Amino acid sequence: MGIDLPLIWAIIILFGVMMYVVMDGFDLGIGILFTAVDGKEDRDVMMNTVAPVWDGNETWLVLGGAGLLVAFPVAYAVVLSAFYLPLILMLVGLIFRGVAFEFRFKVPAGKRRVWDKSFAGGSLLATFFQGVTLGAFLDGIPMKDGAYAGGPLDWLTPFSVFVGISLVFTYALLGSTWLVMKTEGPLQGRMRRASRRLSWVLLGVIAIISLWTPLAHPAISERWFSLPNIFWFAPVPLLVAGAMWWLRRALADETSHAMPFVLTLALVFLGYSGLGISLWPNVIPPSTSIWDAAGPPQSLGFALVGALLIIPLILMYTAWGYWVFRGKVRHGEGYH
Amino acid sequence: MDVDALLLARIQFAFTISFHIIFPALTIGLASYLAVLEGLWLKTKRQVYLDLYHFWVKAFAVAFGMGVVSGLVMAYQFGTNWSGFSKFAGGVTGPLLAYEVLTAFFLEAGFLGVMLFGLQRVGPGLHFLSTVMVAVGTLISATWILASNSWMQTPQGHEIIDGRVVPVDWLAVIFNPSFPYRLAHMVVAAFLSTALVVGASAAWHLLRGRDNAPVRTMLAMAMGMVLVTAPIQAFIGDLHGLNTLEHQPAKLAAIEGHWENKPGEAVPLILFGWPDMESETTRFALEVPKLGSLLLTHSWDGQFPGLKEFPREDRPPSAVVFWSFRVMVGLGLLMILLGVSALIAHLRKRLFTSKPLLRYALAMGPAGLVAILAGWITTEVGRQPWVVYGVMRTADAVSAHSLDQVALTLAIFVVVYFLVFGAGTVYLLRIIGKGPLTGESAHPVDGGPGEMRQPMRPLSGAPERLDVEPATPSGGH
Ligand code: HDD
Ligand code: HEM
Ligand code: HEM
Repeated sequence: MGIDLPLIWAIIILFGVMMYVVMDGFDLGIGILFTAVDGKEDRDVMMNTVAPVWDGNETWLVLGGAGLLVAFPVAYAVVLSAFYLPLILMLVGLIFRGVAFEFRFKVPAGKRRVWDKSFAGGSLLATFFQGVTLGAFLDGIPMKDGAYAGGPLDWLTPFSVFVGISLVFTYALLGSTWLVMKTEGPLQGRMRRASRRLSWVLLGVIAIISLWTPLAHPAISERWFSLPNIFWFAPVPLLVAGAMWWLRRALADETSHAMPFVLTLALVFLGYSGLGISLWPNVIPPSTSIWDAAGPPQSLGFALVGALLIIPLILMYTAWGYWVFRGKVRHGEGYH
Repeated sequence: MDVDALLLARIQFAFTISFHIIFPALTIGLASYLAVLEGLWLKTKRQVYLDLYHFWVKAFAVAFGMGVVSGLVMAYQFGTNWSGFSKFAGGVTGPLLAYEVLTAFFLEAGFLGVMLFGLQRVGPGLHFLSTVMVAVGTLISATWILASNSWMQTPQGHEIIDGRVVPVDWLAVIFNPSFPYRLAHMVVAAFLSTALVVGASAAWHLLRGRDNAPVRTMLAMAMGMVLVTAPIQAFIGDLHGLNTLEHQPAKLAAIEGHWENKPGEAVPLILFGWPDMESETTRFALEVPKLGSLLLTHSWDGQFPGLKEFPREDRPPSAVVFWSFRVMVGLGLLMILLGVSALIAHLRKRLFTSKPLLRYALAMGPAGLVAILAGWITTEVGRQPWVVYGVMRTADAVSAHSLDQVALTLAIFVVVYFLVFGAGTVYLLRIIGKGPLTGESAHPVDGGPGEMRQPMRPLSGAPERLDVEPATPSGGH
């Protein structure tokens, strides 16, 4: 058969995870920024900018999990049990944050703080452990006889913790530039300043991870720095530098509202591609490829029909949802 | 029994899924109820239906939100705790779960916003369509997940190649022998449980003297639903049991506490007793002669396999399923009785005033949800020691985590679930406790960012601030 099903599914899953990172990224970022913004009014506005969309955003995470189970059951089994504790802590974070979204509008003023904390803490917890998982994933997963062969705390390394912290800053920048786009007045000014500082942090983070990863992982350094790959991949760091320069300019320009967010998305996308280049074609680093881990073709083919027919429809719903709630959100303002 | 990581993983699964199933059961039932209410309103233009719609949509939104967060945990648990199972059977359960996400979860997400808040924006026709789509979404969701579960109970349509399941006939996989019965039984269970909750809340308001048109309509509709669906549920359950006898005879023997057949003798029905796995008898048995044969073989002296015919290591723990089954059936019989009592009260024109009936309806409020949990325990424990019946043992399905690790995560889940879903349940009960008002719909839900209620988020259809001043949008206009 001519169709490379594992390849197509790898692309679908990469796309789903990308959608998740982009969309849940900025709304988790808003939760993280809650720790820095006081005052009920501003917090209300911040939450309301994502209120209409956050639920749909999380569904992409469910799709990512289901897609992995369909296409690469071995990877689903090994990766998820290797990262048992960090993943469960991430889920707990998502629970606290999901319900806080809802409950904080419904409790008396005195209790609201509890749910504010649960929102900020939940977002922070979920993001940090997503990053830790990513870092540990890059580090590779020891396997024996097709099962996870490491210990319960193998995921905890200086590198994974560093990636965890980095992701917190990345999502915070996504959140702050989103708010530059969706708010105005003093709150927008604060977010613009926060974004400027966060963009420096992000630049540092990207630089450190770009050095640390190849130094710690010979295979990855081989991938990037051997000939002729280096010519193919050289645009990635160059594009990062360009986008960063442009982002700094857009943040300095008071008339630029949407551009900082768009550029941050571009940076995240580039970072994501960089990770893809480092790992391809492994679905369980360091050495299990998407073809080794693939499920039976009957399963991949059956689910692919549905995915190809339905994902375009889903994208239409999603775009429509964002369209309905376009524009700035003001204090106490509703859409009518 | 020794406490090992396997046992804790099983407890963790049972704990998290038991919380999860309660909320979907309510959303499946309420979504359809709301579609009916809105349809009736469009047809008759009677205000009372719209009032009820606006009242119940809030409870629906809360239950839906909790269903989503508890479901998120389920979707990951197969990998974190049951990696042997995922690796082995992912080829079947993966695509079924993926179709659930694609066809059901996104469909619901797409129309939920309009359903909760869009009545003023899109007009009644499109709004009704949205409600119907959400209701259809919940049913589609149930269909896929039950296809997956039923395949684990009565697997077919697959081959085992290189130590993993390879689907060869998807129609056979999906329409496996127990699927139609399980789907029908579960969906009717959701409708029945919802009717009991609605009926109990109406009864509660009437008992407190809050008598108005919406409350009366609620009670009448709920009791009518119980009257019709409770017997249907018993009928489907009977068929389901016969199906189980055919495909999982060991489970059925365990449910009946039936150990062995005596030559040429009919099997009695054991009403109560204590099945003892060690001594291979059911102690303190209270029996009705011949009834077991009649119910299960539909003849006076038919026989069916007893537990002793199965090797010891293939027997499910009989005491658990014996009792959980009796709890379910007992509650089912009480539901039938409730429907009949309500009919009699109605014929005597005392439906809304008979205190004993109202108290009975109130007490039965949680019965449906309890029966659902009891039924699932019967089904799942009765499948033991298999996770995929006859194909894979539960002991081979579990991830190789240490005892401490599973104990830690179990403790985390228990604490978090009781805190979070406890708060949510209190909130749900307070909404129901407020009761529907005539003219509820004069304040239609029309939210948006910046208001007390925001569209497109599950819980935000519940605009009340429960214990403070009336809800005012922060900052005002
Ligand atoms: C409102 C809930 C409710 C009520 C009143 C009943 N059931 Fe039930 N039952 C369920 C809710 C349920 C359930 C939770 O939906 C289960 C678990 C799995 C399934 O398919 O349905 C179930 C399972 C289940 C099974 C196990 C099937 C298997 O796993 O092999 C049997 C034999 C019955 N039921 C039979 C009955 C009978 C004879 C009833 C007579 C009154 C009855 N049920 C009432
Ligand atoms: C182990 C089994 C189960 C898994 C893995 C699972 C998974 C999920 C997930 C991930 C969600 C959240 C959906 C979202 O994010 O929007 C959810 C919600 C839901 N589930 Fe389950 N579920 C299971 C059992 C069941 C059962 C047995 C039923 C019904 C018969 C059911 C019906 C529903 C419904 C109706 C919802 C409502 C919310 C929604 O659809 O978005 N689930 N489930
Ligand atoms: C929604 C209601 C459900 C409830 C209340 C429920 C309850 C339970 C219980 C009590 C157990 C433990 C049995 C034992 O170990 O003795 C269990 C195990 C399990 N169930 Fe379910 N179940 C439900 C639905 C499902 C569905 C829809 C699926 C699959 C799609 C499923 C798959 C499993 C698996 C994989 C296990 C773990 C292995 C095992 O112990 O058998 N369950 N469930």
